[in-house]
Amino acid sequence: MKIHEFQAKELFANAGVAVLQNRVATTAAEAAAAFEELGTAVAVVKAQIHAGGRGKGTTVENPEQHGVQLVKSAAEAQEVAENLLGKTLVTIQTGPEGKVVNQVLIEQGCDIARELYLGIVLDRAVKMPVLMCSTEGGVEIEKVAEETPELIYKEHFDPHFGLQGYQVRKLCKKLGITGASVRSAVKFMQTLCKLYVEFDCSLAEINPLVVTSDGDLIALDAKMSFDSNAMYRQKGVAEYRDLSEEEPTEIRAGEAGLSYIKLDGNIACLVNGAGLAMSTMDIIKLHGGEPANFLDVGGGADKDQVTEAFRILLSDPNVKAVLVNIFGGIARCSTIADAIVAASKEVGFEVPLVVRLEGTEVEEGRRILEESDVDIITATDLTDAASKVCAAIGA
Amino acid sequence: MSILINKDTKVICQGITGGAGTFHTRGCRDYGTNMVGGVTPGKGGQDVDGLPVFDTVEEAVDQTGADATMIFVPAPFTADAILEAVDAGIKTIAAITEGVPVLDMVRVYEAIQASDSTLIGPNCPGLITPGECKIGIMPGYIHTPGTVGIMSRSGTLTYEAVWQTSNVGLGQSTCVGLGGDPIVGTSFIDLFKLYEADDGTEAIMMIGEIGGTAEEEAAAFVAEHVTKPVAAFIAGRTAPPGKRMGHAGAIISGGKGTAAEKVKALEAAGIEVAESPADMGAALQRAIAKHS
Repeated sequence: MKIHEFQAKELFANAGVAVLQNRVATTAAEAAAAFEELGTAVAVVKAQIHAGGRGKGTTVENPEQHGVQLVKSAAEAQEVAENLLGKTLVTIQTGPEGKVVNQVLIEQGCDIARELYLGIVLDRAVKMPVLMCSTEGGVEIEKVAEETPELIYKEHFDPHFGLQGYQVRKLCKKLGITGASVRSAVKFMQTLCKLYVEFDCSLAEINPLVVTSDGDLIALDAKMSFDSNAMYRQKGVAEYRDLSEEEPTEIRAGEAGLSYIKLDGNIACLVNGAGLAMSTMDIIKLHGGEPANFLDVGGGADKDQVTEAFRILLSDPNVKAVLVNIFGGIARCSTIADAIVAASKEVGFEVPLVVRLEGTEVEEGRRILEESDVDIITATDLTDAASKVCAAIGA
Repeated sequence: MSILINKDTKVICQGITGGAGTFHTRGCRDYGTNMVGGVTPGKGGQDVDGLPVFDTVEEAVDQTGADATMIFVPAPFTADAILEAVDAGIKTIAAITEGVPVLDMVRVYEAIQASDSTLIGPNCPGLITPGECKIGIMPGYIHTPGTVGIMSRSGTLTYEAVWQTSNVGLGQSTCVGLGGDPIVGTSFIDLFKLYEADDGTEAIMMIGEIGGTAEEEAAAFVAEHVTKPVAAFIAGRTAPPGKRMGHAGAIISGGKGTAAEKVKALEAAGIEVAESPADMGAALQRAIAKHS
């Protein structure tokens, strides 16, 4: 689960990770008032969306307006906020459709001596969280990792014991942090690692991490995302969820206990199991088609859930055909067959429907479909299913 | 022969009195697994289909001599259940539960490494030695006793591979679902070592998917240490970056963990990679033919 920069900075501030004074505004008037309240000569207005690259991104409505802008007066803050709020910001991470800006962050300016990078992620190979730092702050870290990986310094830490002081001191040597700043860095990095564990983060990233001319470390940006599996014990974090940032059909699927991701193609697929669902997308593509979605109905899905899954699939206007691929394990073919019949009665299949059933209760499932009056193209295996569904739409 | 489990394995179920626990204990028993009991804290003394229920794993091991467990307890309690099984000296632990927080698994993984136990999962279908012992939720009837070792990060895709290998006349020695989470107890490499050493396994099929680098690490291991024929398939060639494809571990992040990178590493190691998920059985036949 992702959250906004202003929410991450709220968590940072509460934990004692240094951030600048800031205010959130949902109207231009609030932005102007925020500038006055901060009382600094310069401030930065930052669009709040769940995507990076905001500084270089521009709005659809005004190609001159970037997602992050320096302002020097309340009037200017008001004008920039006006240009951003309710507008659609397109960045390299949003895709061409962009994201609507519903809030802006107004933050006091600061005196920057150096810009560094700092991020914490799970290192799956080592099976521990890892703190990564680089002198190349303010640029895309993926690019640094690609071109100059030797400029990224890493320290793994055990969630029980946290990051040790010596680890930060080692990093400081490499980053060129010296003198009194070292103590500031130890506190900063240890606190951030503690926060990462305490809140079940999957990512905590600060880019850039600023060293001021006084030698203090400050999080100029803040990006956090969280382990969805841990939300049951992170009630406070769960409240930060912003549904307006998510695809409406994906939210609806989530409420029904389905794992659904919308894609750009026109062949909808309904599959049990994540691996088989991905493979079904792959084989559609191999046969010249384009999948309209990823959908895993899971093992324990009942008739109502599967019927809802069909409703979601068929609500996508791009869909020209549906492929059902079930290898029954816990999921029973009979349940799926019942849902196909129910969905046909309720929503109707106006597009070709190709069904491949195998596994638990397959005979019963096939019998239910044969005895129904649903118009079905039956497939015997994966290749047969993919070629039939692609043929059905002339792909 | 087989790896990890066989006809002599004595199995308990942690969470046996829950709906899924009861249902799948029955399924395993019907398959022929030597189920000897179960554990649900607070329900010791009861029975499920005649199998004794204990309060603790320690007690279950003392009373039944169990050396394997399958875990169906809810996600918030799964780490505790795994650690309890480790503490009781259980050799093979299969955690079926989905949704375990990843930081719980960082801690559990350390404990597993320091023990003699093998953890399969979490978020997995379990493991099966056809005709001898089934620990988990897979449909038993699709399996045939034979000589192919199959391991996978995905459940239903494993069934597909089993089905295809059975259809081309190749049975399975032991099939293992490793689990779909970012951190799981057992890796492809751990199993390559066991399959390589097992006289009953003549060829190996590995099924990977996008996310992480487990397949690349396995490819490097195979190139150096595996003499048996190996085929592979990677799911998620069409998956968009940055999206979790159902499994918590199936995500391309920062441009890393793509199917293309994995396929490249596998092919470089001389592994026969199936282009299509429908081609897994045939790819294995090609790997065997190439080898002989």
